[in-house]
Amino acid sequence: MAEDKAAPVSKSIMVVGGGISGLTTCLEAAEVGYEVFLVEKNPYLGGRVAQLNQYFPKLCPPSCGLEINFRRIKDNPKITVLTLGEVEKVDGSPGNYDVTIKLNPRYVNENCTVCGDCTDVCPVERNNAFNFDMDKTKAIYKPFEMSFPMRFVIDSSVCKGSDCGKCVEACKYNAIDLNADVKTLNLNVGAIVWATGWEPYDAAKIDNLGFGKYDNIITNMMLERLASPNGPTKGQILRPSDSKQPESVVFVQCAGSRDENHLTYCSYVCCMASLKHVTYIRERYPDAKIYIFYIDIRTPGYRYEKFYKKIKEDKNVFFIKGKVAEVNENPDSKNITVIAENAVTGEKIKQEAEMVVLATGMQPTAKNIKLPADLKYNEEGFIINDFEKGGMFATGCANKPADVVSSNQNATGMALKAIQTLVRR
Amino acid sequence: MDKKYGVYICTGCGIGDALDIEGLCGVPKEEGLGVKTHPFLCGKEGVELIKKDIADEGINTLVIAGCSRRVNFDVFDFEGCIVDRVNLREQVVWSHPRSKYPALTEEQKDDGEHFDSLQMLAEDYIKMGMAKVKKIDLPEPSILETISKKILVIGGGITGITAAIDAAKAGYDVAIVEKEASLGGYAAKLRSQLPVEGPFEDLIPTVIEAKIKEAESYPSIEIKTDTIVARIAGQPGEFTVTLKKPGEKTEFDVPFPLPDEMKVDEKGKELDVDQLAEVYKEFNKGKNDILTLDPNGEKFGAVVLAAGWRGDKLEGNAFAHLGFGKLPDVVTNCQFEEMASKGRITRPSDGSEAKSVVFIQSPGKGDDDSDFDYTGSITSLVSLKQAKYVREDYPDDGKAYIFYQHMRTPGLQENFYKSIQQDVGIFLTKGSVVSVSKNGDGLIVEADDTLLGEKIQVKADMVVLASGMVPATADDPVVNLAYRQGPGFRDNALFNDYADSNFICFPYETQRTGVYAAGCIRRSMTIEESMEDATGAALKAIQCLESVDRGVSVHPRSGDMTFPDFFFQRCTQCKRCTEECPFGALDDDEKGTPKPNPTRCRRCGTCMGACPERIIGFADYNIDSIGSMVKAVGIPSEDDYSEPPLRILGLVCENDAYPALDIAGMNRLTYSADVRFIPVRCLGSVNVIWIKDALSQGMDGIFLLGCKHGDDYQCHFVKGSELANIRMKKIGDALASLALEEERVAQFDIAIDEYDKIPGIIDSFVEVIEGVGPNPFKGF
Repeated sequence: MAEDKAAPVSKSIMVVGGGISGLTTCLEAAEVGYEVFLVEKNPYLGGRVAQLNQYFPKLCPPSCGLEINFRRIKDNPKITVLTLGEVEKVDGSPGNYDVTIKLNPRYVNENCTVCGDCTDVCPVERNNAFNFDMDKTKAIYKPFEMSFPMRFVIDSSVCKGSDCGKCVEACKYNAIDLNADVKTLNLNVGAIVWATGWEPYDAAKIDNLGFGKYDNIITNMMLERLASPNGPTKGQILRPSDSKQPESVVFVQCAGSRDENHLTYCSYVCCMASLKHVTYIRERYPDAKIYIFYIDIRTPGYRYEKFYKKIKEDKNVFFIKGKVAEVNENPDSKNITVIAENAVTGEKIKQEAEMVVLATGMQPTAKNIKLPADLKYNEEGFIINDFEKGGMFATGCANKPADVVSSNQNATGMALKAIQTLVRR
Repeated sequence: MDKKYGVYICTGCGIGDALDIEGLCGVPKEEGLGVKTHPFLCGKEGVELIKKDIADEGINTLVIAGCSRRVNFDVFDFEGCIVDRVNLREQVVWSHPRSKYPALTEEQKDDGEHFDSLQMLAEDYIKMGMAKVKKIDLPEPSILETISKKILVIGGGITGITAAIDAAKAGYDVAIVEKEASLGGYAAKLRSQLPVEGPFEDLIPTVIEAKIKEAESYPSIEIKTDTIVARIAGQPGEFTVTLKKPGEKTEFDVPFPLPDEMKVDEKGKELDVDQLAEVYKEFNKGKNDILTLDPNGEKFGAVVLAAGWRGDKLEGNAFAHLGFGKLPDVVTNCQFEEMASKGRITRPSDGSEAKSVVFIQSPGKGDDDSDFDYTGSITSLVSLKQAKYVREDYPDDGKAYIFYQHMRTPGLQENFYKSIQQDVGIFLTKGSVVSVSKNGDGLIVEADDTLLGEKIQVKADMVVLASGMVPATADDPVVNLAYRQGPGFRDNALFNDYADSNFICFPYETQRTGVYAAGCIRRSMTIEESMEDATGAALKAIQCLESVDRGVSVHPRSGDMTFPDFFFQRCTQCKRCTEECPFGALDDDEKGTPKPNPTRCRRCGTCMGACPERIIGFADYNIDSIGSMVKAVGIPSEDDYSEPPLRILGLVCENDAYPALDIAGMNRLTYSADVRFIPVRCLGSVNVIWIKDALSQGMDGIFLLGCKHGDDYQCHFVKGSELANIRMKKIGDALASLALEEERVAQFDIAIDEYDKIPGIIDSFVEVIEGVGPNPFKGF
């Protein structure tokens, strides 16, 4: 294990997590004039929003804002981006933290021109987590179209290494080093902002909603990937069992959220996300019938309410207040029937559809992965901010379930909180 | 700058395989410029080659032909040098394979019939790069002579106070300006408030008192109550602010621009420049012009707009069915809170106990399930809070009923909803309230479609309507900028009068640099959300100050040291730049000559695009630099080939169209090789002279490629593509007068992720041009 002892740095900020919140905190602090280290465990920046097709309510592509942010990074010498980095240890106190970072090898260096010759000859395939395992990539792969940094990476958990070496042979630029090692980086920073984001709640845990049991039940994030032109189906929304274009779709809201057995809180974005998904489906299938089973429709604020109103005008979208209690599959057609009670009329409803989308919620990453620092969490795994103590802060969905706008407001604020810690010392 | 030129061509990534590199090198050689090639220019050796030339031969103006400017940006970054990246990879060899554009055989060369489109494409781009670097310079930042780093916070409520404290904690001086006699705003007028931290279960005493004390403890925070902003003149870093007492009239009150009706005479004819100036003066009688600075004004560097909200008065007849305005015991949530903060809640009509209170979330009937206007998720939370008040005041037999269409308690606020629901005296049901009517001494509320049955009736002592939080900007510009474009934000109508941002990713961006909105003036929010928002706005204010100090632009062109330069000798005072600048960066004087305010500027170049005299430009981006690129394109005519290829110019926005082109190339999507792209900062910066140059050169068609406009506009500079669209429509007339077809100039929308649409858009346009035929001016 190679050890890198960097010179101690004072008056710098570390941001853990390179999703939209981490990017925002990093950029906003750096543009005030502070040095920032951005640590991201994936081989690319952008986190969850890179997996989205469009944002609500403007239906604009996330890559637009990301491109501007990446350009701001390119233009700012005060920012150091460490992808494939994981924080292993944090010691110290506000104003003076010693952080140990594990830098996992990419196995591909800066000579990479993204020509793709390596991928053509690689013999190993892997599940593509970026597309929620709906397709595969080779062991050496480009994370996605607009990855930043734009460079290939090797999944060492499946790569055969020097026993194979076909990619090295194919590479004209000497860009691949199969013997690259894990490195350790020690940094001293004044403040740390945790932007570790969220994971989609594991829908398989929701027994009564059939995810994993029946083919044609997918999650909202999976639908985002299906709708994305750079996704597993090149933007076509096709149902899993037979790749049929669905003529009817059921959305099950609050799948796992607002539920004592799963996530007790409301995940904030799922109502707007499902309404956005209605536009995806309607764009492709003008006549598809869409049924939305909800508890409350939460589209707060003028812009979101306007969006909701527009969706309501669609004559083929039906809103039913009622929590879905169970799902069944027709073994021949593979259609799914959801069963719910209409809360207003009291009648039991059975709705059959060719595909069901579970609007699953968000669970903070820190719930399942213990962060190596002295942080406070609430019961659900969200990091609680202690502004009195200062030094370390949480932003974005690591702090609470939120949409992109609120996350970025919060992230901008946490940049200032980090700066205050530095100024105080 | 004494320029020493060097051209470097990378032959890696398929460039050397596809192109005749010797032929390419001939282009700079013809002009006497040094040129070197390398098979792997971005590698160590390649970079060393360049660095050696810089060190040994003083090369300082480089054309680097190879991959896109969007990659290897850190590799080809040479201090003190001008560098232009010519894209031969993504936009030439990757998107135009030899399989589609075969190289010429020996016989075909010079036969006057065949031509190598791909080679011509590459050679043109090298020519264009060389032409460009001759006309650009390294920027020198424009630094203010004096800068104020004091932050003005407008509004002394929870948001303003939080912003001030946060800025002070980071070491900045702040002044809070509050229109009332004491600080606190609405946050100080509550009985209790919603929780500001987990577990979000119980009401808490108001936090504002502690915050006020904290603010007062900072010597760097100046507090001015009973004060409002009369005008803010100047620019970020040197705002001159005139403060006054509410209701006072001063000569430094801010002037307003003329409403459209006043710009024409009785017959509807537009007034001329002198007449307009007179009407404007009369309209703003008693007020000094915006360019007259208040000698007693205070200097500030940036502004946080935290002027908050007022309760919606629910005027008009829309709520008659709910008895509002008729029945004294039907009140708004604001009025209810006021009563609650003073003591036990009693009926306004007769002072008797209010033991049964009905809360109505949604005013609509039948299908309309929206809450009242300006509510967001606040009223759901507030009704729960106020229901609790009823139970606090009447613990034995107090009852609260909440009729809602949707309980909007998103995120962790769900806990509050769950917690309040536990109270046995609080009943919640979805329902459509049909009417509120008098019932003896009390009231009766009738609702349909509830969870408790089809139609229900509830007897009530009082009814509370969940009305909304109207932002201060609905009534008044508030920020009172002494800008020629007017005192307020111009686009608040998009947000129902809130001072909000149209960008999902950049929530603090407003059309006025240096002014950042926070709290309920931008969206209805809880106290917790407002405090968070205030911290963000304080950061942006600080960031603006520091950027101004370094002489650089803020978002989106963060760090840009260029700024628009004006050659005033040729200004014809047409005012187009002043009117079209999305950020109001220009103020014109009496004659109409624009006064630039560099720190207001975002460097988009819209002014450059607007100017018919072409007197505006940036050090590294100006009329001549782009014009020269256009003129550098080779236009083969019938003198050269029997059927010469078309030449089409594509002016592409560097923010979305250019990346989309790159990704199309990366995916090996192909399109016509007859198009020459020139990236521009924003479609708004496109000056029609470039179109005229292209046409008079003999180019057959021109298209603009950029973001879509409209309410959901994407443009990082707000109006770029919209303005370009308007200008292009006008150019249609000019074309007609030259007997040129309108179709030759077009504008297309693209989003950054729509790279798959690129070939279709380009090739369809080429087809249209093929239809109208070559430019008749070709060859002249």
